[in-house]
Amino acid sequence: MSLPLLTLLMLVPVAFGAAVLSLPRAAGRGVARLALAGHGAVVLLTLGVLGRFDATSGGLQMVERHVWVPSLGVDYFLGLDGLGLVCVLLAAFVPLMAFGFSGRVAARREGLYHALLLFLQGGLMGTFTALNFFHWFLFWELGLVPAYLLVRLFGGPKAGPASFQFFVYTMVGSVTLLLGFLALHAAGGSFDFIELAEFGKSGRLAKALADKLPWAGVFASGDALAVTVFLGVLLGFAVKVPLWPFHTWLPATYSEAPSPVTMVLTGVMSKMGVYGLLRIAMPIFPDQFRVCQGALVLLALATVVLPTFAAFAQTDLKRVLAYSSVNHLGYCVLGIFILAPGATGPAWLEGAAAPALNGVVLQMLNHGLTSATLFGCVELLEGRLESVRTLGRYGGLRAAVPVLTGLMGISFFASVGLPGLNGFVGEFLIFKGVFASAPWAAAVASIGLLVTGVFLLTAMQKLFHGPLNAGESVVPDLNTRERWMVGVPVALMFVLGIYPDLVLRLINPTLMRLAGSH
Amino acid sequence: MFFLLTIVVSLAGALGVYLVGSRRPEGARRLALAAAVAGLVFAVAGAVQLGAPKGLVTQVRMPWVPSLGIEFHLAADGVSSVLVLLAGIASVSGILFSWNVERRANEFFALYLLLIAGVYGVFLSFDLFQFFAFYELAIVPKYFLIAIWGSTRREYGAMKLALYSFIGSAMVLVGVLAIYAVSGLHTFDLTRLAGTSLPIGFQVWAFPLVFVGFAILAGLWPFHTWAPTGHVAAPTAASMLLAGVVMKLGAYGALRVGLMVMPAGAKYWGATMAALAATGIVYAALVALVQQDFKFVIGYSSVSHMGFVLLGLAVANRAGLAGAVLQMFSHGVIAGLLFGVVGRMVYDRTHTRELSMLEGLGLARRLPFAAGVFTLASVASMGLPGFSGFVAELQVLGGAWQRFPVAALAAGVGVVLSVAFTLRVLQRSFLPDAPTVAAAGGGSMEHPEPITIPEKLGAVMLLGTSLAVGLYPRVLLEWIDSGLAGPLFGGLRRVMGWS
Amino acid sequence: MVVNYAQLAWLASAEVLLVITALAVLAVDLKLRSSATPERRRSVALGLGATGCALGIVWLLVAAPDGSAPGGMLVSDALTRLVKVILLALTVGTLGLSGRSTFTPHVGEYVAVILLGGVGMMLIAGTENVLMMFLALELASLSLYILAGFAKRDPRSMEAALKYFLFGGMAAAFLLFGLSFVYGVSGSIEFRGMGAGLAGQKMIPLLLVGLVMVLVGLGFKVAAVPFHFWAPDAYEGAPTPVAAFIAAGSKVAAFFLVAKLSLLAFAQVGGSAAWGAFVPGWTPLVAVVAAASMLVGNFAALAQRNVKRLLAYSAVAHAGYALVGVVGAGSGSVATVTFYAATYAVTALGAFGVVGVVEAVAGGSDFSHFAGLSRRSPGLALAFGILVLSLAGIPPLVGFFAKFYVFLGALTPVGGQGPMALLWLVGLGIATTCVSFYYYLRLLKVVFVEDPPADSRTISPGVGEWAVVVVTTVLVVLVGCAPALFLGPLQAALASVGLGR
Repeated sequence: MSLPLLTLLMLVPVAFGAAVLSLPRAAGRGVARLALAGHGAVVLLTLGVLGRFDATSGGLQMVERHVWVPSLGVDYFLGLDGLGLVCVLLAAFVPLMAFGFSGRVAARREGLYHALLLFLQGGLMGTFTALNFFHWFLFWELGLVPAYLLVRLFGGPKAGPASFQFFVYTMVGSVTLLLGFLALHAAGGSFDFIELAEFGKSGRLAKALADKLPWAGVFASGDALAVTVFLGVLLGFAVKVPLWPFHTWLPATYSEAPSPVTMVLTGVMSKMGVYGLLRIAMPIFPDQFRVCQGALVLLALATVVLPTFAAFAQTDLKRVLAYSSVNHLGYCVLGIFILAPGATGPAWLEGAAAPALNGVVLQMLNHGLTSATLFGCVELLEGRLESVRTLGRYGGLRAAVPVLTGLMGISFFASVGLPGLNGFVGEFLIFKGVFASAPWAAAVASIGLLVTGVFLLTAMQKLFHGPLNAGESVVPDLNTRERWMVGVPVALMFVLGIYPDLVLRLINPTLMRLAGSH
Repeated sequence: MFFLLTIVVSLAGALGVYLVGSRRPEGARRLALAAAVAGLVFAVAGAVQLGAPKGLVTQVRMPWVPSLGIEFHLAADGVSSVLVLLAGIASVSGILFSWNVERRANEFFALYLLLIAGVYGVFLSFDLFQFFAFYELAIVPKYFLIAIWGSTRREYGAMKLALYSFIGSAMVLVGVLAIYAVSGLHTFDLTRLAGTSLPIGFQVWAFPLVFVGFAILAGLWPFHTWAPTGHVAAPTAASMLLAGVVMKLGAYGALRVGLMVMPAGAKYWGATMAALAATGIVYAALVALVQQDFKFVIGYSSVSHMGFVLLGLAVANRAGLAGAVLQMFSHGVIAGLLFGVVGRMVYDRTHTRELSMLEGLGLARRLPFAAGVFTLASVASMGLPGFSGFVAELQVLGGAWQRFPVAALAAGVGVVLSVAFTLRVLQRSFLPDAPTVAAAGGGSMEHPEPITIPEKLGAVMLLGTSLAVGLYPRVLLEWIDSGLAGPLFGGLRRVMGWS
Repeated sequence: MVVNYAQLAWLASAEVLLVITALAVLAVDLKLRSSATPERRRSVALGLGATGCALGIVWLLVAAPDGSAPGGMLVSDALTRLVKVILLALTVGTLGLSGRSTFTPHVGEYVAVILLGGVGMMLIAGTENVLMMFLALELASLSLYILAGFAKRDPRSMEAALKYFLFGGMAAAFLLFGLSFVYGVSGSIEFRGMGAGLAGQKMIPLLLVGLVMVLVGLGFKVAAVPFHFWAPDAYEGAPTPVAAFIAAGSKVAAFFLVAKLSLLAFAQVGGSAAWGAFVPGWTPLVAVVAAASMLVGNFAALAQRNVKRLLAYSAVAHAGYALVGVVGAGSGSVATVTFYAATYAVTALGAFGVVGVVEAVAGGSDFSHFAGLSRRSPGLALAFGILVLSLAGIPPLVGFFAKFYVFLGALTPVGGQGPMALLWLVGLGIATTCVSFYYYLRLLKVVFVEDPPADSRTISPGVGEWAVVVVTTVLVVLVGCAPALFLGPLQAALASVGLGR
């Protein structure tokens, strides 16, 4: 019997987190070392998973399944496909990156900080590998607690209200999600994602709901009930992604969180929502989705376009980046929502579904990489200059920190979507898919693309260009360690931009299977 | 036989502790702890020995007052097992959290153990007379525990609590007598009464009497007002027991006497009771959201969480009942922990429960253990998965979905509100903004007594229980399911149409 | 009617023994009067009295005859003997509480009158003839009037005696008058004869007036509302052992009488107190009195600040509960009422015992005198707590089972009356119990929660008081946990005389 790698992926960080937490305060540097060992172990495990992953198969691999709570129909059920793999990669590497940038922030309470980061990682791993609602929800929620505490305890001056809002917003979504799943459980008798997806695909969901819930008569039809349940589940993901207008928690949280934590929030946690849409909401509710598609596409477009205008009004660099995150995730959602389920046929598959879905997953990876790098750079800046985030406070930093300026600039361009860098490929594929399905939507979305470019570049300009204005402070450039920390991700941006097939190879079979099941 | 020993050892412990005398508090609490631990051991042994039987397993049965058909009938099914286990856990942890009681310690622990004996007795009684006797036995010690060793407005709180309890039990008594008279079976045997079908017309008026009578003790809105004042007034151990097990007595009684014996009444009144329960969940959560006293928040949160138990009972399908019983267990453990932290770890050291005062004390820095425990307990209390509360609320909500969707939605709102108020109190007590602490002089508390070993043991025990049940609910759920599948619930299953 | 005096004396052998004891006490006391100290006189008199009672108990248990005098004048059977044993035991208890009776120098008379009161009560229990019943009632009452005024130096005692006497005299007149009316309708002065005579009798005004008057007379004896006004003052003013005797012994005798009278004499004109199916007669009258007693007794007790007055009002309330037993239960009513009255009497005796001890040391029986009793005498406080909780009806103490039994009896289907007919009365009873919890708990709060006054001394009872308090407390717990201990013999006795269910 081979090692239960997926279980280990989730347990190892939690175990390391507990170990870090139990170290005495006197342990000093030992704390960070142990934490690093934890992240390293996770990376090794992830590489092991990658090695064992069969790219040609679109199905679930490395499945682990044990009976857990038979009376509720709950199995311990883990598995991984291409979609999950991308997310696991993010969940393995982004926290490692964040660890690298954490020195300054963690100093306040090192043990607690690193432990929470590891717990968060464990929760993320669990979410991306679980295939039964019961423990998937466990990780979905439990990831929230360390994230909340990281923001609350290590965040900025307004971390209190921000973290409160973050938690409560997410919980609202979680509760509707939970209620939706309970209705599903009543109808389908299972918490198993795969079984429920089969059930949804068979088209019996609406009728089963109407049969099993004796009060369903208050709804005009079983369909209406099923749509309500769908919307409940959807809200859970919509808050997490976030989808306009449920995004208001995000800018405050991202800006108040310490930057390394923001890296994980934007790099990985935001992917939980997109992952949930792809893995759960779409496969289980194809019919209900079709009913709502028009409205949902409009919401996705709003997510792409509207925050970009809000970003103009921001004076805080992190808020600017936060709004750009909303915009970028908007593309992912748009790419998912635009695909009309049931419109099968090779032409549709080739022309719209394949590019859109591949684009979505690629975008997830790219956005994770790019935005994490950007927030990492912000952390480096913050370590050098007080209140550097306030745009317009300083200028012309290019002269003082040329290396940082260069690397961060590349990341900015990657974020904007410059060809040759990673951001371009994903967005291009999504637009291709969207255009094939609904050209008008592509046209509207391109406004967002344009405006994002403008405000990101404006921010960059304010920060780096013009005459140097750093007051009396001496601003050192990146040291060797920091160069590696930023340089490697930036190199990856090039690699992915130039040779996206590296990833596409891994995800395409999975996504074709998903699209086929639409 | 182990289950009988839980009662015997508690009563013997009560007597022994009282006789230790007021001059030797150390001896009194050691003896009390020994008795409570013995009770827990017997509870665990009994539960394990019982396993998941199909139906009721009689432990002791003998005639008591033969001419009236009163028996001493000590028995257990899976549902009783779960609650007996809870009583054992709660009693041990309560004593650990009251290790600092010095004044009249022998009386304190004697009353405490007497209360515990009553609680064990209720969970194991299957003769209505015996059930009622133990039920009332648990009320009196509660009054004195609060009135003598309590804090804020203790005499008022104690009296209010006692009177509400008595009024509830008076309603129950009327119902019990009426059931006996109407059934015409000349017996108080619950198994026989549950097996008979009382006239529908009778059930329709007697069910609310009995259900509400019991539910008053479970904090049913709008009869819940005793709970917050009582909790606040009570000393730590008493509020732990109060929230931990005493409120469960009410819910348990409503299940055993209300639902089991009068299923048709339960069906008839289901929607009304669900509405009250759901209102309670939301209302209490809203009130908790604006409280300034730390303990009041927890007190109202208890009412809100007990609303889930009552909702499960009102729904009365398998999921609802299983969830209700599990929620009794879960809330018992979690509420006990919360009260332990607030009453013992914080109040006994800071002598204030005003959130505005606590904010400035920098508690997290001074009492990191308490902060950690309270954070985890908050997470558990919010009903996040991984802890026992989630599994319970999941089932209650799932059950409610099938019969009373509006109540389920309201309960969903309640969950969100409970997250909000728990988070609020967590932030204001242990995780205040750095500026607030700084403004108050960076934590004005002078070197508080560090958290003691008994407190740590108690906290770890409760947290561990909640976590274990949350991650592996299978054992308890199987016990509960075996109970619900037993013949005792036959009438209810038939009337409600589940199997 | 041929009266065989030897047979009468033989049937009343226990009473005769007690009268002899009383005379002996007087004689011995007279002899000791000049030679011995008051303490010695007191202990001799009390000891002698108690010995006489004990002998009486043994006699009743071992050798007393079965039989009845012509006309039901004296009836000696298992049931009456059981009740007499209880009465004698309560008399012993009263004597036990009198160890500190410093209120009077006339110890001999005091003990003798107690014993004579006991004789009166025993005769009440042992007759089925209204004539004898009236005489016995008067004997018992006159003894109690005298006892109530025994503390001659205390104006409150005098007031109590006077009030008690005046009310009692009036009640006796009512009783006599009422009985004569009933006799007029039924044509018999025997209980069973009355019952036979009233069979099929319409509820004519004369009979109704007679019944009402009888109720007034008996209601006074048991201190039921609205004939209870004497009780609080008498309880408060009378010497505490006497108050205990009034609360305990006379209640048992009177309730036994009421139950028997209702069952044997008035069953045929019982009517019905069923909700919505009211039929005028004896039981609806009793039901109204019972309801009023439970309400007034409990609510009035709320306002009391003196423990003796509180116990007086609680006695009124308890009279109401016992009368619920008379209303319901049909042939089972003798069992429920006797059980209730006897257990109440034992509890009240113990409670008054504690009050007497506290009063003797603290100088009064207000709530404030009881403050912090649990610190001043833990044992006494524990006993008091148990006794008061039993009065409140908390399981597993006997007060709970007694109430339970009475209420259960009231819900037993009788004749054409369904099980729910008297639910209104039971519901009212249980609801008023809730009210009673408040004042009992408040009393216990004073005892257990409040701190003792700064200058307080420890309180230590005398041997007799200890014995009474301990024995009553143990009984309250023991019989509460195992009601069959008392219920068994009681039901056996009832069955042997054909009154069992």
